[in-house]
Amino acid sequence: MSRVQQIEVTGGSVRELAEQLIAAGLASSLPVRAGIAVRLALEPKHWGLAGEMAARLGLRWSAVWGDHRPPQIRVLALLFGRDGHLLLETALPEESPDLTSQTPAFAAADRPERALQDLFGVRFTAHPDPRRWLRHQAWEENEYPLRREFPREGNRIAATLPDCDYPFPAVAGEGVYEIPVGPVHAGIIEPGHFRFQAVGETILRMEEHLGYVHKGIEKIAEGRNLSQLARLAGRVSGDSSVAHCWAACQAAERALAIDVPPRALALRAVLAERERIANHLGDIGAICNDVGFAFAQVQMTRLRELWQRQNLAQFGHRLLMDRLLPGGVAVDLNPQRIAVMLQEIASARREIEELLPLLLEYPSLQDRLRDTGVLPPELARRYGVTGYVGRASNLQDDLRRDAPYPPYDRLQVEVPAYREGDVAKRVRVRGEEILASLDLLNQLLETLPAGEVQRDCPATGTEVEGLGLIEGWRGETLAYLRLDGSGKVLRYFPRDPSWLSWPALEVLLKEVIVPDFPVCNKSVNGSYSGHDL
Amino acid sequence: MLRIFDRIRRTGRLTEALPAADRQVAELGADCQREIARKFGRSLAIRMVDAGSCNGCELEMHALNNSFYDIERFGIHFVASPRHADLLLVTGVVSRHMEEALKRTYVAIPQPKLVVAMGDCAGCGGEFGVSYASCGAVANVIPVDAVLPGCPPTPLQLLQGILELLQRS
Repeated sequence: MSRVQQIEVTGGSVRELAEQLIAAGLASSLPVRAGIAVRLALEPKHWGLAGEMAARLGLRWSAVWGDHRPPQIRVLALLFGRDGHLLLETALPEESPDLTSQTPAFAAADRPERALQDLFGVRFTAHPDPRRWLRHQAWEENEYPLRREFPREGNRIAATLPDCDYPFPAVAGEGVYEIPVGPVHAGIIEPGHFRFQAVGETILRMEEHLGYVHKGIEKIAEGRNLSQLARLAGRVSGDSSVAHCWAACQAAERALAIDVPPRALALRAVLAERERIANHLGDIGAICNDVGFAFAQVQMTRLRELWQRQNLAQFGHRLLMDRLLPGGVAVDLNPQRIAVMLQEIASARREIEELLPLLLEYPSLQDRLRDTGVLPPELARRYGVTGYVGRASNLQDDLRRDAPYPPYDRLQVEVPAYREGDVAKRVRVRGEEILASLDLLNQLLETLPAGEVQRDCPATGTEVEGLGLIEGWRGETLAYLRLDGSGKVLRYFPRDPSWLSWPALEVLLKEVIVPDFPVCNKSVNGSYSGHDL
Repeated sequence: MLRIFDRIRRTGRLTEALPAADRQVAELGADCQREIARKFGRSLAIRMVDAGSCNGCELEMHALNNSFYDIERFGIHFVASPRHADLLLVTGVVSRHMEEALKRTYVAIPQPKLVVAMGDCAGCGGEFGVSYASCGAVANVIPVDAVLPGCPPTPLQLLQGILELLQRS
């Protein structure tokens, strides 16, 4: 089974959609923002129809979020095509915030729209699923935490009740039983609930119930200055600290029209690729461990530990938290340390090049991983899954190659892609991404521009907004930022790529046996914290 | 299979050939072992709960099981059931949606038990504090015996924290 050689990015054109919508009188053009190819304003009643037309053109749905600007609630949605990103904007009156759902057109919009309902009270008509998503019992049905008048500390003083009445659909039939798992899980892992319905060992249906680690990140971001925002962004998901921090900083820099020095951009990419490698090393080991192949776990955790120690020695933090700042980076390298890093990279490459084939060819390991948890390419496309999960199912979108931001616009980015979409291919894609990232590190370190590593980000005196779009290690990572005239946060929306991969986990469990659930879950490795906010 | 054996042979035993800084792990670990033997018989069983962390602390906790730190050689291991646990290791602020789950896990652990709040969030609320969605520090919800500051604490600091706690109690 060989690698897909042909580069296939999401097919449709956002410019074509814009022409169609404008010609039909459904949208009007808005001035573009940095990082966005097209920006359109729509009436709320045309929102769902715009989604249908986008789906027909083959665009990928990426995100939706709200922004309360009394007396209106703004709603923004992001889509992607072969010619870049499209931002759709509309505004709803806060007393009757009704909007037609885009979920019938794009499965990926399902939970993000429900989250908007929970946090803003936006009412999506024609949404197939009326249930709450992020709201458990910490706030009432008629309370909306992200509305401006809702207090940051909330309205509740007493202890929060457990969420016992979330209505999971039941499956009836001879021999069907239910297995509830979580929120507290057996191992060292974040909390979430999985409701299985099974016959014998075979999973008929699995449904996720997330939101257990919802910490109110969007609410507590309000009023922060930029350096406080960067700290918060770096903790949306601890394993994606660089990705989220870069997206937030990029959004701020685009909003304030700041030119980040080229050396800082190159160092950001070094940090981002190091983060990608660290996570892929850990994941490959853990996936193999979940099917009892301890050798891979021991070797991969060894390599990951060495990698993290190098992070500490070179950059001062094992997980690279707080290494990015608005306007640049907080770290720098000199020629001696670059030489050391290049040697460590060469050593890591030798190790991976030896270990990967061992894993990919080991029969009893591959017997567990091949044909397990298959996500067919058409479903990956329907759910708009980005990152390594998408690439194992031939959804190849990679912002570093297909919508590059500096320094990737001057680099050669290899993007592995396969069609089989099983756990084995999700391992293989990670392994090849490690090698591709090691190459990128070489390119970056050998061509590191001279100059400063940080620039000031003064406020402009007027309200500004910006969008950050980064290819994090899990996939497309978004940050929307609106700042007031003094540079303080009015609205921060981080969209972790896990929003797009969690639904895919439910889909790929078709015909999987219950004991294979941990390895399938690990092969997707969605972030709970990044998702729940 | 032969290639795997060859790889294992060439990797060698990492827990012995440690650089100077890491010999601290062995000393800590040995002290840890004496304390554990005194109070908990021959082993310390840890049940961890992520009550609302960003997952950074979990990554460093996982590292305790790698060849360098190899925490199990000191009789310290992680268990799936709170019924089997001696120590509850909590990461993160306590999100309001995890409040009850954390309390039930704590209650389910039989005496004698210890609670360690790992990381700045668990210790003092960290970056997230108290809000409509968060109860803040773990001590706001259940009794805490030790706080281990750091964002996240390193695997070494985690071992140190457990040792200090055992020497005090």
